[in-house]
Amino acid sequence: MSVPQYRRAAALALAAGLGFSIAACSTKGGDDSGKDASGKTVITVDCQPDGSQKDLLANWNADVAAFEKANPDVTIKSVSVGQQCDNPPDFTARLTGGTMTDVFYGYMTDLQQVLDSGQAMDITQYATKDNIPTWDSVDPALKAVFTDSGKIYAIPTKNYSMGLLYNKTLFQKAGLDVASPPKTWADVRTAAKKISALGGGVAGYADYSAGNTGGWHFTAELYSQGGDMLSTDGKSASFNNPMGKQVLQNLKDMRYGDNSMGSRQLLQWADLLTNAAAGKVGMFVGAPDATTAIVQQFQGKYDEWAMAPMPGQDGAAKGTLGGGEGYFFRKDLTPEQVKAGLKWIAFEKLTPGKGQFDYARAKPQNQPVGLPQPLLFANGSDAQKQELDQRKANQNLPTENFALFEATPVPIKGEPKNAQAIYAVLDNAMSGVLTNPNANIDDLLKTATTKVNQLQTAGS
Amino acid sequence: MATTISFQDTKRKQRGPAGVNLSGGTRTRRGRRLRDNLTGYAFLIGAIFCFALFQWFPMIRGIVMSFQHTRRGVTTWVGFDNFVRIVQDPSFWTAWKNTFYFTGLALVLGYAVPFVVAILLNEFRHAKGYLRILVYLPVMLPPASALFLFKYYAYDPSDAGLFNAILKFFHLPTSQWMQSPTMTMPAMVIASTWMNMGAAVLIYLAALQNIPGDLYEAAELDGAGLLRRIWNVTIPQTRLILALLAMLQIVATMQVFIEPLILANGAGTQDSATSVAYLIYQHGFFQNDLNGAAALGVIMLLVLAAFSAVYVRLTTKQD
Repeated sequence: MSVPQYRRAAALALAAGLGFSIAACSTKGGDDSGKDASGKTVITVDCQPDGSQKDLLANWNADVAAFEKANPDVTIKSVSVGQQCDNPPDFTARLTGGTMTDVFYGYMTDLQQVLDSGQAMDITQYATKDNIPTWDSVDPALKAVFTDSGKIYAIPTKNYSMGLLYNKTLFQKAGLDVASPPKTWADVRTAAKKISALGGGVAGYADYSAGNTGGWHFTAELYSQGGDMLSTDGKSASFNNPMGKQVLQNLKDMRYGDNSMGSRQLLQWADLLTNAAAGKVGMFVGAPDATTAIVQQFQGKYDEWAMAPMPGQDGAAKGTLGGGEGYFFRKDLTPEQVKAGLKWIAFEKLTPGKGQFDYARAKPQNQPVGLPQPLLFANGSDAQKQELDQRKANQNLPTENFALFEATPVPIKGEPKNAQAIYAVLDNAMSGVLTNPNANIDDLLKTATTKVNQLQTAGS
Repeated sequence: MATTISFQDTKRKQRGPAGVNLSGGTRTRRGRRLRDNLTGYAFLIGAIFCFALFQWFPMIRGIVMSFQHTRRGVTTWVGFDNFVRIVQDPSFWTAWKNTFYFTGLALVLGYAVPFVVAILLNEFRHAKGYLRILVYLPVMLPPASALFLFKYYAYDPSDAGLFNAILKFFHLPTSQWMQSPTMTMPAMVIASTWMNMGAAVLIYLAALQNIPGDLYEAAELDGAGLLRRIWNVTIPQTRLILALLAMLQIVATMQVFIEPLILANGAGTQDSATSVAYLIYQHGFFQNDLNGAAALGVIMLLVLAAFSAVYVRLTTKQD
């Protein structure tokens, strides 16, 4: 073949190849029955632990094998989307691109966004005892979070409420009483001052101000003052008031009045927990499972961390933020796939003694057993009794570290509508008081209010 | 008087002097040309497909989305509502101000420094190759890695940070770097210049080496010093490259994104790092507002297109 002919043949082959590729792209792979060649119902599920979480990954894979054995007509295909299963921009990209798995993980704050994307299925008719044996025991308040206009869009699989986590070792070094943690924000300020006086780059108190986490904590701290993020009709911001100002003033006083919050700011989720695991943070606002992340992801120690209820301004906190996670279902699934997905969620997330509640398996693996949350099952239900009994029988944590938090319940408030978007806006107010000694709190809240009002108008 | 062409006239015009049918001939020639260029067209398909899929389609889709509003999976046409809303965002003007500030600073620092470095490198007689590799090395580092180096190593606001340690050594006041609203932009430009200047230096070097040596000799004979030689010989001789890189630099820096994302964890302190590109990302990926993000993207596209048009017009006139 001469050179020009060879070149022409190569070009035609390239064009033909591209043509086939385009044709292949435009044809949906497989049929819509959701079954494989052998007739098994196939579902993809995300939030499989990643390779760095060896025990958790092995547990997940073992659970998948056990589930498939018990349900021979179902095949589970697991997908890992990173350790933080819902990193907001990644989640948005998957949702917008339509690349979520059949059964996909999301925060309780994601309901609005998932509904807006038009990607979620109304699973009300399938969410029954037939598919989830413990469904009647699941806390109705948690079901309500994933319910919109009477329709259920996701199954709750974890919940939390926030309190004050504190490092016992640093408390002792600073001469503070570990049995009597701060009860008010003034107490937090006093303790933070003493802890930061230890030197060595230790922050007495640390807080977030980037990656949506600043707004998340602003909300929790506003609830502790008795405030609300939105008006009762949900249409406008309601944090530009003395309570909102007090939240920012408390932080500004600690950061610049006392210099007790360390020099590194603009912290996101992993930044703060990394510092905490390294013994550089005395106190921070968080949920009990923050200690799990500190230990499992950032090499900290359980023994060092204890938890108190959320501090209040002049006494007990008037509220605390509660949230959690669950699994949504793609709208294009077949009824068999939805049922298979629900059975899997029931097996892995909502059955005492199985999956996330398999405490007998977790104990020797040094997974935390004995944390006060999640509390997925309603008070007095059989499932709750079983779960708590097994938790107690296998506990491997010094549960006294969480006793005060458990014994002092604070009213839990849910996250605001359009929460992630609101949190992104409030990051700016938090970063303002934590990085600018001359930040004007009134201006920060005024700007945030304008933005949140716009968001709520656009989202309605 | 209006000219009219009759049917017969037209018929006559289609025939050549020897009665050859020209229209048929044109078809044959076209067919031959098409066959001759077939290879080229076939190779073009790949490029066109990639551009269409990854550039033109998203661009058109973005423009369409900017006039729509999607809620609950239902999309409606809303005219210019998204544009009005995005302009009313309190961060909108801050983002433009920051972007222009970054572009201006980058023009002063990021544009001038590589040119000066290239001139210096061009003057070296020894170890030229090694020096070029040294200058180019940061370009080989993935941008995210380079920026994390700056974030955690150079811009640490404590005294342990590299820059603060140097400042402290010379008894100069230290800085909060990315946590200071006034230092955020200069710090981003410093990191960006360090990261990107290697490629520009190599391009300048290539241009410098094309300048005939006798021009410098003549200038020297006329008594021109170093600065005079640069002003009267180097700059005029590299004018085209300088003009091209200036435009590329401005268009690229106007789209600054990764620097605020990594160095400032996003918006930075009180929006001091928010660029227009980052604001687009924030609306699209954090605020569940893809339509608003698309509207801002269209505004940015128009600004950049207007700038490029004016720039091309001005430089063409100059030439």
